[in-house]
Amino acid sequence: MSEVKFSKEHEWITLEGDVATVGITKHATEMLGDIVFAELPEKGSNVEKDGTAGVVESTKAASDVYTPVSGEVVDTNQAIVDDPSKINEDPEGSAWFFKLKMKDQSEMDSLMNKEEYDKFAKESAS
Amino acid sequence: MEIKKTSLNKLHQSNNAKFVEFAGYEMPIQYSKGIIEEHKFTRSHSGIFDVSHMGQLFIYGDQSLTKELEEIFPLDLKNLKQNCSKYSFLMNEDAGIYDDLIITKIEEGYLIILNAACKDKDFEILSNLLGSKFKMNLDNNRSLIAIQGPKSVEILNSIINGVDKLNFMTGNWFDSDNQKLFVTRSGYTGEDGFEISISNDKAEKFVENLIEKGAQLIGLGARDTLRLEAGLCLYGHELDINKTPVEANLRWAISKSRLSNGGFIGSKKIMNQMQDGASQIRVGIKPEGRLIAREKTKIFDDTDTQIGEITSGTFGPSVNGPIAMGYVDKKFSKVDTKILLEVRGKKHPANICALPFYKKNYVKGVN
Repeated sequence: MSEVKFSKEHEWITLEGDVATVGITKHATEMLGDIVFAELPEKGSNVEKDGTAGVVESTKAASDVYTPVSGEVVDTNQAIVDDPSKINEDPEGSAWFFKLKMKDQSEMDSLMNKEEYDKFAKESAS
Repeated sequence: MEIKKTSLNKLHQSNNAKFVEFAGYEMPIQYSKGIIEEHKFTRSHSGIFDVSHMGQLFIYGDQSLTKELEEIFPLDLKNLKQNCSKYSFLMNEDAGIYDDLIITKIEEGYLIILNAACKDKDFEILSNLLGSKFKMNLDNNRSLIAIQGPKSVEILNSIINGVDKLNFMTGNWFDSDNQKLFVTRSGYTGEDGFEISISNDKAEKFVENLIEKGAQLIGLGARDTLRLEAGLCLYGHELDINKTPVEANLRWAISKSRLSNGGFIGSKKIMNQMQDGASQIRVGIKPEGRLIAREKTKIFDDTDTQIGEITSGTFGPSVNGPIAMGYVDKKFSKVDTKILLEVRGKKHPANICALPFYKKNYVKGVN
């Protein structure tokens, strides 16, 4: 599996072959608070880099989930729809959102690595 | 304008509060445990809420004050016993609501608890209505602390002996730590609880004492989910200047004895609506599934006609599902009526349901 990359919209992404797995970062869940609703893209649909690809809602507000890369949705994580609190419990592990079959893997290049993201998250939080 | 802070601000900070601006005040939205934990702790144990941003208006006077207040509020104040509280409204001539409030008859006159965002305007309106005949004090030197939940009576009584003898919607002055506190048995969560009016310089120590006895600080986030589960209105959402108490389904708060003769501001409109009914009415709404319908969500019938709008919507932690309140055309207001909610461009099924979503445990007949 590839190195974990991060977007400015607080998604994480890993690549295995040509299939990317996307979720939201721990930092994002801490900002959102208790997540009580998750909506995921439909399997088989195509999503565009930086477009919306889902929604999460906390007790406070709704937030869009964006996709950091383009591709066809090949799998979604029904477990987080059934129990959205899993997203708070393990955001960067078992609570992934969707898997995409990527068309252009160079889209990964512009994303941040862990160190860059941690710095970005720290700055955007203050 | 500089943001205002309550006398508990430092205590909130040291308890890792996340702050938001609310009605010009820096207020805690939540602490480190988060809204759901805080909500559940209040339901099972005892939560402390800093509501010092709310207005505490003391109006001093005797029977002549009672007479004048009856020309303003739809209440039978002449027959209200000392130390008893009533929920009421400050209205305009069209029965539009300037504010909802709790008024308590005290020995010296009346104490009225006002919403933070409305209190200055309320003071102006009441000053104009009452003239300068009565001394009025919107007291900024006192904090207001709420303690809510089943363990609250035991915890508070261990600090202020005798509060366990209060019935729901009554209050009294108590002595504690060489000062006078005004305590009412009331609240905004659907739980048994109290609100304590205390001088600013004693508030922090008092709350630290409550925490030591096992209560925990709860933020405005959980206050909102708790009141919504209890089916209680929030000014600026369910209530505003374009809504009347009849439309808000709060006719129970209007004293029956005042309905025959009127004589209070807005009485004509209220009496008309009581007779003919209001065209729109506040209802409880449960979306099917887990979907949350927030404020301003449009409500439709099955012919695609808009029939109303959501005024508050969230996830109810004790209900363990989404809940909302809103206004619908009266013919759609019956419990179990199927409606549709438009969220992110799609229509989702929901049902009108009875309020409250969560059953109350108020204490009556203690003495």
